[in-house]
Amino acid sequence: MRVTDVADRALDTSPEDPGTPPQSLGAAGWGRWAWRQLTSMRTALLLLLLLAVLAVPGSVFPQRRVDRAAVADFARRHEDAYPWLERLWAFDVYASPWFSATYLLLFLSLLGCVVPRMRQHWRAMRARPPAPPRRLERLPEHVTATVSETPAAVAERAAAVLRAERYRVAVPAPGEVAAEKGHLRETGNLLFHASLLVILVAMAIGSMRGFTGNVVVVERGFFVSTRASYDTLRTGTHFDERDLIPFSVQLDRFRVRYEEGPSQFGAPREFTAEVRWQGSEGRGRAVVAPNQPLTIDGARVFVTGNGYAPHFTVRDRSGEVVYEGATPFLPRDGMNTSTGVVKVADAQPEPLGFEGFFLPTAAFDPERGPISIFPDARLPRVVLTAWQGDLADDGRAQSVFTLDTSRMTQLERNGTPLRASLAPGETMKLPGGLGSITFDRVSRFVNFQVAHDPGRRLALLGALLVLGGLLPSLLVRRRRLWVRATPGADGRTVIEVAGLSRTEDDRLGDDVRRVAARVCGDDDPSRQRE
Amino acid sequence: MGDLADISYGLVLSAMAVYACAMVAFAASVAFAPRRRVEVAATAGGSGGVASPAVEVRGGDPLEGSEGDGRGERATRIGISLTALAFLLHVAAVVTRALAVERAPWGNLYEFVLTMALAATAAYLLLLARGHRVAFLGVVTVPFVLLALGVCVAVLYVDAGDLVPALKSYWLVIHVAVAIVSSGALMAGAALSLLLLARDGGDDPGDVSAATDGNAVRRWIAQLPPAPVLDRVAHQVHAFAFPLWTFAVISGAIWAERAWGRYWGWDAKEVWAFITWVVYAAYLHAQSTAGWRGRRAAVLALIGFVCFLFNLLGVNFWFTSLHSYAGV
Repeated sequence: MRVTDVADRALDTSPEDPGTPPQSLGAAGWGRWAWRQLTSMRTALLLLLLLAVLAVPGSVFPQRRVDRAAVADFARRHEDAYPWLERLWAFDVYASPWFSATYLLLFLSLLGCVVPRMRQHWRAMRARPPAPPRRLERLPEHVTATVSETPAAVAERAAAVLRAERYRVAVPAPGEVAAEKGHLRETGNLLFHASLLVILVAMAIGSMRGFTGNVVVVERGFFVSTRASYDTLRTGTHFDERDLIPFSVQLDRFRVRYEEGPSQFGAPREFTAEVRWQGSEGRGRAVVAPNQPLTIDGARVFVTGNGYAPHFTVRDRSGEVVYEGATPFLPRDGMNTSTGVVKVADAQPEPLGFEGFFLPTAAFDPERGPISIFPDARLPRVVLTAWQGDLADDGRAQSVFTLDTSRMTQLERNGTPLRASLAPGETMKLPGGLGSITFDRVSRFVNFQVAHDPGRRLALLGALLVLGGLLPSLLVRRRRLWVRATPGADGRTVIEVAGLSRTEDDRLGDDVRRVAARVCGDDDPSRQRE
Repeated sequence: MGDLADISYGLVLSAMAVYACAMVAFAASVAFAPRRRVEVAATAGGSGGVASPAVEVRGGDPLEGSEGDGRGERATRIGISLTALAFLLHVAAVVTRALAVERAPWGNLYEFVLTMALAATAAYLLLLARGHRVAFLGVVTVPFVLLALGVCVAVLYVDAGDLVPALKSYWLVIHVAVAIVSSGALMAGAALSLLLLARDGGDDPGDVSAATDGNAVRRWIAQLPPAPVLDRVAHQVHAFAFPLWTFAVISGAIWAERAWGRYWGWDAKEVWAFITWVVYAAYLHAQSTAGWRGRRAAVLALIGFVCFLFNLLGVNFWFTSLHSYAGV
């Protein structure tokens, strides 16, 4: 092995060449061979690349843990492909056995590298710098000079100079100085890899003990953080119900502002929820906005969406009010054109269903019909069609934003489907005396996301340690320097200074010359010859 | 506000004009690539792959020792001067844009790519200023920057405006600034890796004929520093960029945690940031794996840069992502 082959580059965790499999097929032998294969650098490299490739499908297919509705939508649109993709975990890529297996193998490989190297590094840090090789001139950087002082005095000064340059110094023999620095590089390298494990543990804690809930709250409405009141609640595998502290949040007002200037017309500029909250530690008023969450009892409340909730009153044949309240409509575009449904199961003689869209600032486009031209509610209109029959609401989870009209008949007037555009306060009468629907007014709703992740502080710590390890592992130079002072033929002392870098190091030569100059007792390099 | 934005736009167009001139100069430097005398014995690593560091130290810098009538070198120097001038105009464009919008000038994709292109030029000039002999990188960097600015002007342009609420956070300044700085370094690393692959192919015995060839591009490639030198500089540049990219991902996670309540949610942008990070991690590991140094590592660096660019633009155009509001 040549001296220059020793260079251990950044992030190197490989202990040795894995070699070839053993000739005799003992189980222990195979095990050792497999372990060496797994912990080899080449395997780690391939596992890294495999992990990158396997992560790609998760950005191509909708993921269940990101957007459940998108997966359902995909299933509807690709009926043939869906079952096959489902079998391949295409919609749960990051929880799939093949993705998990890859990163677990990678971490196992990492452990197999890091643990032996930690022991090795621990010994190396406590060991004295090794004695100089017999022939210093064979090292990649080598400088000689002659001075008149005695070898002992020169060696003494060399040790002092190297200590001042923050080398660890040893004096293996009279007239010889060995110095070493840059162990921080390996320390950082090991810290980096170990910290990745910390992040993995933190993510595991989060996915076992954390929860994320989403709830839609209309202005002047409230929610209590219990399992039943969330529209969707995702809990960890080892989630404890007692972690769900039942705090409550009341939405008093939701302030919005949209761009009215010509540039980026209609772009959102402000979303601010004014809330009152009550938790186990007290109560108060607060403002919640994007990038400005509210923390209650260790859980945090975020504003992640908003829209309009028109209030409707529905009367049936008898004139009795069978539906009254705010119904959130789902925003569909940048101008907040929103779609939604009203399901009136209690209407007599048969349930009623209304399907429609809400236009916050309505206008009529000759080609596209009624559209919204501004996202704020300046000229609100609701356009509705009506259905009668079986709502198919058999208790199964069903979207509150769509109407299953397969067992319903559309109400018509004079042979054309009934359809009306209503301003606040206006009423649409249903044909045949079936009743009426009134668009009373419109409120805003906010989609609150409540999240609790007990692993997040540990994850942050891990991330900071990753960075703290990465910087020295890439930037610190590990090198050894040796000085040897021997009596020369003419009674003067010959000084040899040589350096060996264990990393890529384009400044080694400069540093060797500088140290040589300082050991000679001056900064004039003219007295040296190479 | 509008006036400053107009001035900024005018400066972008002026910078593009000067970059275009610089590109012509760099093209001339390729066309005038000198015919080298045959003194290859000292530099060739023999193996055809990457020579060991011991050899490269003595290899010297062929840029210095090239035999020619000096026209190529003069063209390179003119190219660098023009690039520096374009850089100043580019800086002024970004600064006036920042003054026009009264915030960090990377609130939408137009501003982000504009600043990222600036970082690419800055990385090139900084490498030169630090004494690396990488003047030849202008041949790759300047067209790339010009292309990025062209995309800015033709596709991404939006008038100066306020931010959407989701972006109103000081993490925007930190997270995106670091991503931009690392992008400049990654661009330089990718250019070096690309040239390494071109150069490495020419390090075969055919090298001698390439150096005296009639084909200017082959001659130009043949007089680049030897592959191990390119590999070493590329490794240094990536070693600088990787911690920055790591920090960009971490600060993004911290911001995501403050904005959405989860630090990692496998959003399309996060997925591709992760893929980019893993590929560059693989690059750094390849640098210390026998048989992977040089060519294979360079291929990984280029894949990493493609992933980075895809994350920057492709994700916004092709996937639904929480990050899709960035001006598209």
